[in-house]
Amino acid sequence: MMEAAAQERLISVVNEKFEGEIIEAGMVKDFFTLILKREKIVDIIRHLYHHAETQFQYLTTMFAVHYPDQNQIAVVYQLHNLSKNQRIRLKIFLPADNPTTSTLTKVFAAANWMEREAYDFFGVLFQGHPNLKRILNVEDMLIFPMRKEYPLEDQTREDKNDLMFGR
Amino acid sequence: MEAAANKIIVGEKPEGHEGHGFFATKLDKVVGLARKNSIWPLPFATSCCGIEFMATMGAHYDLARFGSERLSFSPRQADLLMVMGTIAKKMGPVLRQVYEQMAEPRWVLSVGACASSGGIFDTYSVLQGIDRIIPVDVYVPGCPPRPEQIIDGVMKIQYLVENESLRRRDSAEYKAMLNKYGIE
Amino acid sequence: MEASADIAPKVVKEEKQYSYLNLGPTHPATHGIFQNVLKMDGEVIVDSTPTIGYIHRAFEKLAEHRPYNQITPITDRMNYCSSPINNIGWHMTVEKLLSVEIPKRVQYLRVIIMELARITDHLVCNAVIGVDTGALTGFVYLFQQRELVYEIYEEICGARLTTNIGRIGGFERDFSPKAWEKIHKFLKEFPLVLKEFEDLLKRNRIFMDRTIGCGGITAERALNYSFSGVNLRAAGVDYDVRAMNPYSSYEDFDFVIPVGTNGDVYDRFMVRQEEMWQSLSIINQAIKKLPEGPYHAKVPDFYLPPKEEVYNNMEALIYHFKIVMGETDVPKGEVYHCVEGGNGELGFYLISDGGRQPFRLHLRRPCFIFYQAYPEMIKGSMLSDAILTMSSMNVIAGELDA
Repeated sequence: MMEAAAQERLISVVNEKFEGEIIEAGMVKDFFTLILKREKIVDIIRHLYHHAETQFQYLTTMFAVHYPDQNQIAVVYQLHNLSKNQRIRLKIFLPADNPTTSTLTKVFAAANWMEREAYDFFGVLFQGHPNLKRILNVEDMLIFPMRKEYPLEDQTREDKNDLMFGR
Repeated sequence: MEAAANKIIVGEKPEGHEGHGFFATKLDKVVGLARKNSIWPLPFATSCCGIEFMATMGAHYDLARFGSERLSFSPRQADLLMVMGTIAKKMGPVLRQVYEQMAEPRWVLSVGACASSGGIFDTYSVLQGIDRIIPVDVYVPGCPPRPEQIIDGVMKIQYLVENESLRRRDSAEYKAMLNKYGIE
Repeated sequence: MEASADIAPKVVKEEKQYSYLNLGPTHPATHGIFQNVLKMDGEVIVDSTPTIGYIHRAFEKLAEHRPYNQITPITDRMNYCSSPINNIGWHMTVEKLLSVEIPKRVQYLRVIIMELARITDHLVCNAVIGVDTGALTGFVYLFQQRELVYEIYEEICGARLTTNIGRIGGFERDFSPKAWEKIHKFLKEFPLVLKEFEDLLKRNRIFMDRTIGCGGITAERALNYSFSGVNLRAAGVDYDVRAMNPYSSYEDFDFVIPVGTNGDVYDRFMVRQEEMWQSLSIINQAIKKLPEGPYHAKVPDFYLPPKEEVYNNMEALIYHFKIVMGETDVPKGEVYHCVEGGNGELGFYLISDGGRQPFRLHLRRPCFIFYQAYPEMIKGSMLSDAILTMSSMNVIAGELDA
């Protein structure tokens, strides 16, 4: 979806102010993906928001992924430039035992609930978030259910016959 | 030809003694007949089954001809609690509160697979059947059930309403059942 | 000294007291279960705190434990008013992951189904806007038209509401002559009813007074809140996924994207009305230009082989067994695909690690994203305007919580 020239332009726009932050850049299927270091991600997104050549002013979505083998939680941002119809994906990797990063709510108001959802399901802490509470699960839940170590079913059920369910 | 066009099924009248200008029968039969044809439902619609309920209330399937023209959204004024859709564990206390506010006589109709047993959502966040928190009279299976099935469920409720004793809340087994759920 | 103190104006400091109203999860006017605690100054709303999650069914976690074919019924139950769009969106995501080429006929048939689904979704929303302003007649007439569309779905896939329509690769059978008959009947009868409904409300003095200026949002705030779909188009931004990133041959069709100005309830109502007319035009174009061809692509790993081959051919038998038992290994990959759902950009982000079940499926749900802006939209308005704003945004609880 993005030609090679546009990809080069984008990488150079990021490198203008944030040299050395890009770990990897490339096309994944038809989406241009940048893997970045975790510290300055919000500044990079703000830079891409305001820069005249890129102007990524629409946050399509934001979510987290748990990679248990590498013991990491990735946070993925997808941005969209509506006037030029360009989409990019930015990924950062956080250690699973302390997944903290800064909040994006000052740049995009839409990130508010998206970050709450990532906190609710994976435990990612967003510093500076105005209201980081659980959003979809019950308020007093102790675990972060989407992490791979937790099961899908409710473990307190007593009426299911495991033999019949092939377990 | 004309018989099919004018086929009117006359309702069954209860047993009793008939005379010129009067009809004598037992009180609970009359009360049952009146109750069953004027049930005021509380549609507790949460998800997809709620849309099928809206289709049942529409002109095509018309639940209103069973006497349920007036939907009551206030539990204090409702007779039948129709739980339609998935009840998550977060919603459980709310459902319980709504049920406790209803006055006797009250009946519960659980519409759909999710309300009856958790449905396809065998997950940590879904209550596996509302009969874990409130007593249920009739279960309507389906995902979502067709409007005809919902009407069938309502008709079974009507059968229960007609044939119940007038003061079922005083009977021992009803009290024992409510105790099991922790409802006074 | 005291005399001047007597005539000096007294300054009295009063503590403003607000009342809190719980627009609770079960409420006749909220379509779906979500709670709002409103802080009110008399009749005017000062602030509100939404609470969602009352129908959280853990779709994303559930998808990690189901084979790809069994995820389609789960996607049905997100935006259940227009479930074919969710199903076809999911199938297209998997086809993108597998890099499958879909025949033209399948794409056109999918367009017909998706536009029918869009019409039904907008019918529900507009009927409900009518009901919330007091116009109960329109609701009954429009739901009768939904019954016609339900009959079409029944002919094609067997179900009315949560359709599980189509397969990965296309459709399980071509549309029967009865289905075409029902589609033509719908296309003949529906425009008259839609015109009648529109004439009831479009220039109705009461409706216009009630809805113009109510619950508006500017285009800049809407973009910052990542609005998409009708709510964004009513605010003035012409972003439609069908035009910007066309999928399933939408580029072959000629349609107009209606755009509003103020982003208020009246604009959303009119944008939905016009989109329904555009959908009808797209369906007519698709039927006229429908090419001949196969009704499914060649995806032997996911598409059930015909029964004659299963009984005679060892390979087909093995494929049949693996598909039904969900034991197909899917190649590794990471893909994002979005379609224009009833409420906006419905996105599926799928990560496959080579196993039988997805590694991660993230659903970009438009309702979840634009409902965040609700407290800002109702600040300063009256309670009944807040109810009207909520129903005009077409918030569907299944998509909100997932």
